[in-house]
Amino acid sequence: MAIRNLLSINKKKNKGVIVDRNKENSFPADLMTKCPECKKIYLTKELESNLKVCPKCDHHYKMTAWERVEIFLDEGTFESFDENLRTSNPLKFPSYLDKIEVDSQKTGLNEAVLTGMGSLKGEQVVVAIMDSHFRMGSMGSVVGEKITRAIEKATEYELPFIIFTASGGARMQEGVISLMQMAKTSVALKRHSDHSLLFISIMTHPTTGGVSASFASLGDINIAEPQSLIGFAGRRVIEQTVREKLPDDFQTAEFLLAHGQLDAIFHRKDMRDKIASIVKIHRKGGIVHV
Amino acid sequence: MSKTLGFEEPVVKLREKIDELKEIANNADVDMSDEIETLESRLQQLESKIYSNMEPWDRVQVARHPSRPTTLDYVQELFTDFIELHGDRYYGDDEAIVGGIAFFEGQPITIIGHQRGKTTKENIRRNFGMPHPEGYRKALRLMKQAEKFNRPIICFIDTKGAYPGKAAEERGQSEAIAKNLFEMAGLKVPVISVVIGEGGSGGALALGVANKLYMLENSTYSVISPEGAASILWKDASLAKQAAEAMKITAGDLKLMDIIDDIIPEVAGGAHRDVLAQSKSLKKFLGLALDELSTLSERELIENRYDKFRKIGEYIELED
Ligand SMILES: [Zn+2]
Repeated sequence: MAIRNLLSINKKKNKGVIVDRNKENSFPADLMTKCPECKKIYLTKELESNLKVCPKCDHHYKMTAWERVEIFLDEGTFESFDENLRTSNPLKFPSYLDKIEVDSQKTGLNEAVLTGMGSLKGEQVVVAIMDSHFRMGSMGSVVGEKITRAIEKATEYELPFIIFTASGGARMQEGVISLMQMAKTSVALKRHSDHSLLFISIMTHPTTGGVSASFASLGDINIAEPQSLIGFAGRRVIEQTVREKLPDDFQTAEFLLAHGQLDAIFHRKDMRDKIASIVKIHRKGGIVHV
Repeated sequence: MSKTLGFEEPVVKLREKIDELKEIANNADVDMSDEIETLESRLQQLESKIYSNMEPWDRVQVARHPSRPTTLDYVQELFTDFIELHGDRYYGDDEAIVGGIAFFEGQPITIIGHQRGKTTKENIRRNFGMPHPEGYRKALRLMKQAEKFNRPIICFIDTKGAYPGKAAEERGQSEAIAKNLFEMAGLKVPVISVVIGEGGSGGALALGVANKLYMLENSTYSVISPEGAASILWKDASLAKQAAEAMKITAGDLKLMDIIDDIIPEVAGGAHRDVLAQSKSLKKFLGLALDELSTLSERELIENRYDKFRKIGEYIELED
């Protein structure tokens, strides 16, 4: 696929985009970036044009939802759904709406997921792309509703549904309503599945808690990006419970693959091609019974 | 027999005083019946005042009471010919979830529930009612079996949450829970879930995608424990009492949010005070729910479950 320069695209779209990098690792004018993994320093421009993957060690940086749209779908084909939904702060948590507003400004999203329809190498697909820069990608009512509506649209138009997950789990400030979004999205996926339609889940860093324990794990095909943190319970909680040292690779994509929990790990540069192949393989619908 | 909870201390104190007075009256052979009667009527008033004005945190205490009836207690009172069925057929038998078949008023039924222990020894065996993936997979196996034989399913929810452990992660805790949510959505038989104690997060929800969802009056259902919420929200687990209020986790809260179908009243002071009476009122609710759901076709049952969860969510839809 053509690797497009994200910098210029982002400028063009004028969507708020965060370049993911620790403050202390920032260099004047953001010209240079230091990789948190290998500590190599290179031009930020070089990183951006390399799909935000460290050119030296393959560390996959977090991406914004809009950046994913740009590198994953055919250019100019994406049509966004349900940008008019907002949380109503159901439990009346103080300053919750302010935090939503700040993250909205920062990301250009109405919530922690971007949903819509587009084409992937010519194949029409419905996508949901979570963005961990918005309230850590946590799932409240709006995230649950947007994902459910996207799934329902995929069912209605008999299209594959593809999700990129990135989430710390259920959103605390919406309490048990957040928990119930796990059930809501799952019943919608069941109906989509009962129409023999394809669902591909692509887990990116991080995918944990209630998101991991619902739609993220329910793909006909479950994929992950390299080194992504994926798991149900938090590492610290587990360490406190079991009082034992956990292996370094605990809850990484590679750990899950080794334990039979994933179909495959795809490098970001291969994601578009390989997912498109999976979609094409499912298009004809298997053998014809005579 | 039963542990005293902080909020009921005035009741316990007064009861002790009455007993003391009775003892004195007996030993000294004096007539104190007037005084005793006055105190007893005051006790009644106090009891009804305290137990009808329970704060969320009081209910959390009742829900966690060590003597609170568990799944197997209700199984014994509500069903006949119960036969426990074990194992997930892949890895093992998780005793934090029990399941089996029985009759409910002559009707064949499948029962699945989280199972806490009441003693330390039993709690260790039951892993404090916190399941591993094999527990959820056993539950799903029994649900599919119920579907094959067209038996309704009754689930009892009573867990702090799915177990946060290394082995649980290795064996796919997330997948096991997710798969239950997904498969329960498609069950062609009636599913009734009752939260009988603590309903903790995804580990509780994995038995909760039901046609009818009830909560016992003093049970809780939450995305995170009050302690967990307090330590995340305010970096202080000791503010659990405040978190219990803010997080809206009581049966009353969930009824207001239209998430549960009904609240099943508890005997004064909590289900542990009279398991028999509690079972009777529970039985009434289950019977009515089964009658109502038996009129629905397979397709209607699935649609009913879809609609029930589809509508949960609070958001604003702005005009474009
Ligand atoms: Zn690097």
